[in-house]
Amino acid sequence: MSNAMTNEECALESIYLYTRFERFWHWVQAAFVVLLGLTGYEIHAGFTLFGFKRAVEWHNILGISWLVLYAFIVFWHLTTGQWKYYIPTTKMLFRVILYYAVGIFRGEPHPVPKSERVKHNPLQRLTYLAISVFLIPYQMVTGLLYYMYNSWPEMGITALSLSTIAFLHMAGAFALLVFLVVHVYMTTTGHSLTAHIKAMCSGYEEVPVQQK
Amino acid sequence: MNSRWMQWFLVLLLAATLNLSPSLSGAATPEKKPAKGEEYGTSHFKNFTADHSKFDALKQEFKSGPEVTKACLSCHTEAGQQFQKTLHWRWKSPADPDGKIGKAGLVVNNYCISILSNEPRCTSCHTGYGWKDKTFDFAAQEKIDCLVCHEQTGTYEKFPTAAGNPVSEPTLFPMENKTYNPPEWNKVAQSVGLPTRKNCGTCHFFGGGGEGVKHGDLDSSMFKPNRALDVHMAMEGENFNCTRCHTTEKHMVSGRHYNVSATEDRRSLLESDIIKRITCVSCHTEKPHKPGVKANDHTDKVACQTCHIPEFARVNSTKMSWDWSKAGERQDGKPIKKMQDGRPVYDGMKGVFRWEKNVKPEYYWYNGVMRNVLLTDKIDPGKVTKLNYPEGNVQDPKSRIYPFKVHNGKGPYDKVHKTMVVPKIFGPKGSGAYWGDYDWKTAITKGMEYAGLPFSGEFDFTETQYMFQTTHMVAPKEKSVSCTECHTANGRLANLAGFYMPGRDSNRALNVIGWGSVIVALIVVLGHGAGRFVSRRRREKKNEQRDDE
Repeated sequence: MSNAMTNEECALESIYLYTRFERFWHWVQAAFVVLLGLTGYEIHAGFTLFGFKRAVEWHNILGISWLVLYAFIVFWHLTTGQWKYYIPTTKMLFRVILYYAVGIFRGEPHPVPKSERVKHNPLQRLTYLAISVFLIPYQMVTGLLYYMYNSWPEMGITALSLSTIAFLHMAGAFALLVFLVVHVYMTTTGHSLTAHIKAMCSGYEEVPVQQK
Repeated sequence: MNSRWMQWFLVLLLAATLNLSPSLSGAATPEKKPAKGEEYGTSHFKNFTADHSKFDALKQEFKSGPEVTKACLSCHTEAGQQFQKTLHWRWKSPADPDGKIGKAGLVVNNYCISILSNEPRCTSCHTGYGWKDKTFDFAAQEKIDCLVCHEQTGTYEKFPTAAGNPVSEPTLFPMENKTYNPPEWNKVAQSVGLPTRKNCGTCHFFGGGGEGVKHGDLDSSMFKPNRALDVHMAMEGENFNCTRCHTTEKHMVSGRHYNVSATEDRRSLLESDIIKRITCVSCHTEKPHKPGVKANDHTDKVACQTCHIPEFARVNSTKMSWDWSKAGERQDGKPIKKMQDGRPVYDGMKGVFRWEKNVKPEYYWYNGVMRNVLLTDKIDPGKVTKLNYPEGNVQDPKSRIYPFKVHNGKGPYDKVHKTMVVPKIFGPKGSGAYWGDYDWKTAITKGMEYAGLPFSGEFDFTETQYMFQTTHMVAPKEKSVSCTECHTANGRLANLAGFYMPGRDSNRALNVIGWGSVIVALIVVLGHGAGRFVSRRRREKKNEQRDDE
């Protein structure tokens, strides 16, 4: 017991994990989520923050901008091989879940420490993959359909109603908001409360020295 | 679609933010004073080819209106029969073969209820001479009053209670405390030209027997409007005449009447230059805003007037309700009159009135057709009877959301037959008219007898409504209704159901589940965080104890 190294006491080393473009797209997408959330909720609920007209204009422009950025992000992942970090795995998944449920309260070390080889733990892989491959494209599709509402007849869309598309888009927005809450909280679970945030700014993640 | 690709393009250039700057450049209408003789709209005299003061036919000595009319018709050979087909002459819809739809038919309103048996008072606004009762000869062309619409001296007046006739010697009208003078027939006859706002407004700004009684968007302020009141008719701007939009063919003035919409044609002048200019679309097209502006996407469901006339009665107040049931209070035999802010709020002859200024319209789906309750239609006295109402609904591609002035009334109805009734209102003492003898039962009996309709003898008062589509007083664009005023929970369109409107409508279950999930997530992470904090403190304490040992 006494010689077990806890997460809080171990020696740390810096490794460069997040490249400049990766940090850029991360924070821009963060801004998109917040701004689209605010403008979108103004359109949804009719409260006054930016003014309905401006909220709609901003929401449209932000949404389309995200589409463009998303295309670049996909291209970046494919060309740099970064996509490999998101291959889902169940190996160690249960251990990670157990860690967040129990181990973290006991000060145990993370079962899957970050390294150049393992940027994300299995839980992160699953979550980020689901967000990027399902939730964001889902919001893009529902958002685009909402945006093009007036062209539906020309596009041959007759079976859809505005209330349905608004419902679907809003449901996606709530899902993103839930993710945002948990995601922001999870940034505090590093060796210090702001360690992960700092890492996403500088690119350098401080990880426990690996015993080789 | 073009505008959408344009927006994409802008985003790609990362120049999107440029698009956010407000697009209110403000119409820089140069301030100009109207030319002499143009204070009531652009005069056609600067472009005419005939000077009527040089016509021999108009130099003969006239002693009456019909003599002038004969002189007019001696050259304008087709004008008489053309005019006699119009609503202005017949007061019945040309589209109704039964002759029931119209003031001279069986429609009922919230004001003086019906002209039947009350003609001499009402027909002071008829474009004719002498329609004092149903014996009036509608085929007599010399009875047409050409002058009221065409004279340009501004001196021609018809006496308020003389069945459309001017006076032959100076006569005092005690109700207005105003003396009416006989026309200088030759002078007015030689002045004729195309109608200006003065001609049309003489009747239409005073509909219902006084200023602002009927329409909320037509009153004396529209004789000489400024830009703030009406962007098109503004004297310092385009100075539109009424007929600039109400284009006229063979004396048939275009415009909505009863169940006939103003036009079905939604083409613009670019598509055909001989269309009627009666709609906004005629000049502004179906996509009147700058490319990419969301309002362009609204034109299939929302009328231009809905956003561009934020309020009516912006200069003078307009009558919003009229309760006949309170009429009758007199002192020394004379009806009591109470004034407030320059408007009557009680009149022993008429009842209680309510006036309002800067009124927000009510909004309804409307396809251009108004339906009327006739004197022969059954009503439900337990409910508010809509004496007229707009036809249209959300599914109808011809319908759009339009603004309306809704005037509330309380008028007499037959308790047994369950119909509205027409009382004889206007007439001297002893005639049975309400304003003569102040007895409703006699007045209704006389009125219904005149109309040839049954009256059981039992009457009461019931609540009614009368609506006017609001289409004039188009405000400058910077004053138009903002998006937020409708796209909000209790906005201007709160009463319109059957369609989803962002900002106004949302799915309750989704809101509950959505916010519920967010709250659960918050509780979980806060609990988790608290657990980490507590367990860490506990471990630290343990370590301290161990170190102490």
